[in-house]
Amino acid sequence: MIGQLFTDIGSLWNKYGTVYLTGILNTLILAVTATLIGCIIGFFCGILQTIPYSSKDNVVKRFVLKLLRIIIRAYVEIFRGTPMILQAVFIYYGLPYFFGISFKDIWTVSIIVVSVNTGAYMAESVRGGIMSIDRGQFEGAKAIGMNHWQTMLHIVLPQTLRNIMPQIGNNYIINVKDTSVMFIIGFNDFFAVHKMVSGAVFKYFPSAFMEMAGYLFLTLVSSFLLRKFEKKLAGKPNYELVNTDQLVMTAGNYNIPTEGGAPFDEKSRE
Amino acid sequence: MSEHILEIRHLSKAFGSHAVLKDIDFTVDKGDVTSIIGASGSGKSTLLRCINLLETLTTGEILYHGQDVTKGKINASAYRAKVGMVFQNFNLFNNLTVLGNCMIGQQKVAKVPKEEAKQRAIYYLNKVGMAPYINARPDQISGGQKQRVAIARALAMEPEVLLFDEPTSALDPEMVGEVLDVMKSLASDRMTMLVVTHEMAFARDVSTHVVYMADGVIEEEGEPAKIFTNPESLRTREFLKRILNG
Repeated sequence: MIGQLFTDIGSLWNKYGTVYLTGILNTLILAVTATLIGCIIGFFCGILQTIPYSSKDNVVKRFVLKLLRIIIRAYVEIFRGTPMILQAVFIYYGLPYFFGISFKDIWTVSIIVVSVNTGAYMAESVRGGIMSIDRGQFEGAKAIGMNHWQTMLHIVLPQTLRNIMPQIGNNYIINVKDTSVMFIIGFNDFFAVHKMVSGAVFKYFPSAFMEMAGYLFLTLVSSFLLRKFEKKLAGKPNYELVNTDQLVMTAGNYNIPTEGGAPFDEKSRE
Repeated sequence: MSEHILEIRHLSKAFGSHAVLKDIDFTVDKGDVTSIIGASGSGKSTLLRCINLLETLTTGEILYHGQDVTKGKINASAYRAKVGMVFQNFNLFNNLTVLGNCMIGQQKVAKVPKEEAKQRAIYYLNKVGMAPYINARPDQISGGQKQRVAIARALAMEPEVLLFDEPTSALDPEMVGEVLDVMKSLASDRMTMLVVTHEMAFARDVSTHVVYMADGVIEEEGEPAKIFTNPESLRTREFLKRILNG
């Protein structure tokens, strides 16, 4: 039995090897690209959602920020609450229906659908990640004069990224597997290859076996790389003390200002 | 002779119906080292946080060189860059090294070129005795060291006033000294400072002005010698007796 399986796989590989490889490559490219774009969408939503406003701000600002939060909320709920396979169909056929735009390039639609879907999940992960950052980090940044954008970009989001790295990994691995639903609009991913090949030569199980092994290989390698990246983000476990004399020599070039500078001089204006 | 750097006028702050600060008036002049003392819950920290606009005031105004900073005409970020703050819990940026902590504000807010920012950071880190640790991350150094870095970070912005919010309260007793030493050397350099503290020795010996707060109002203020030896108010007297003998 086992012998038969390997013979079948061998013959499939000889005939369709490059087709399978193309499929696996397409899956990988789609998953990586869409996860990256999804992360950017998620971080962007995270920044926009957390812009603070108080009852002292003017009406327009409050209205715009509130509206923004509602839009992001709706986006998250809609794309998290419907199946991706349906979203693919919806966008693929919906855009020509309403706007007369039809997608010649199946790659574009696929990347849009998976990115937007991932973005909805990432927006929530990022929001949670930002909430988990100590208030002191925000206050420390405010106290040296950073605005919301600077605080987010330089202080909060780098720490958020580190905290939600496991979730980004999760999303990425889910994408490796779930991009398989894009066959519905004709995207030629790894799973679509299985449908095509097994339909042609009627070797369903050997092909399915190859698919299982292929997906598992992809996800295992990804997990390994993600762990490495997480470790890198955590920084070095040790630090070296620096020779003070040398530093003082460097700092010697710096002249302390005798006066504290005029208040609100050009430099401090944003 | 001296122009007021900060002038607080009729400042009140309420959280809901709970009034924390009631009609506070006082001024900070160049070179002043003002200690704000008082029991826990008397509103000292809230006052400091209001001054740095971390809390929005309910009523009143804060004049910085005569300009009101609470009305939104002046950019809050630019103002904060000139009024530095040192927190009880340090609030060092966990994603940056000691050096990075002292450079980021200079580079992003004050737009100082990288090389100059680095020199300036090292100059101030050296001043607080933390220059050898430039490559360490905040979680790798002790509390006292963190607070000294936090002071260097604030100094690197070259502020006109430094606010200290109970800078030694979160420290182990043996680390309090190193932070107070740094603050004393700043005071002797005529740095303008506003310090909320429970360190009565610092308030008495280092500061030029002492403000005693109770229940959200300034109960008494004056020179440390007068406050500590001959307070006018009964409450001040009782507070000091409790603290100094306790």
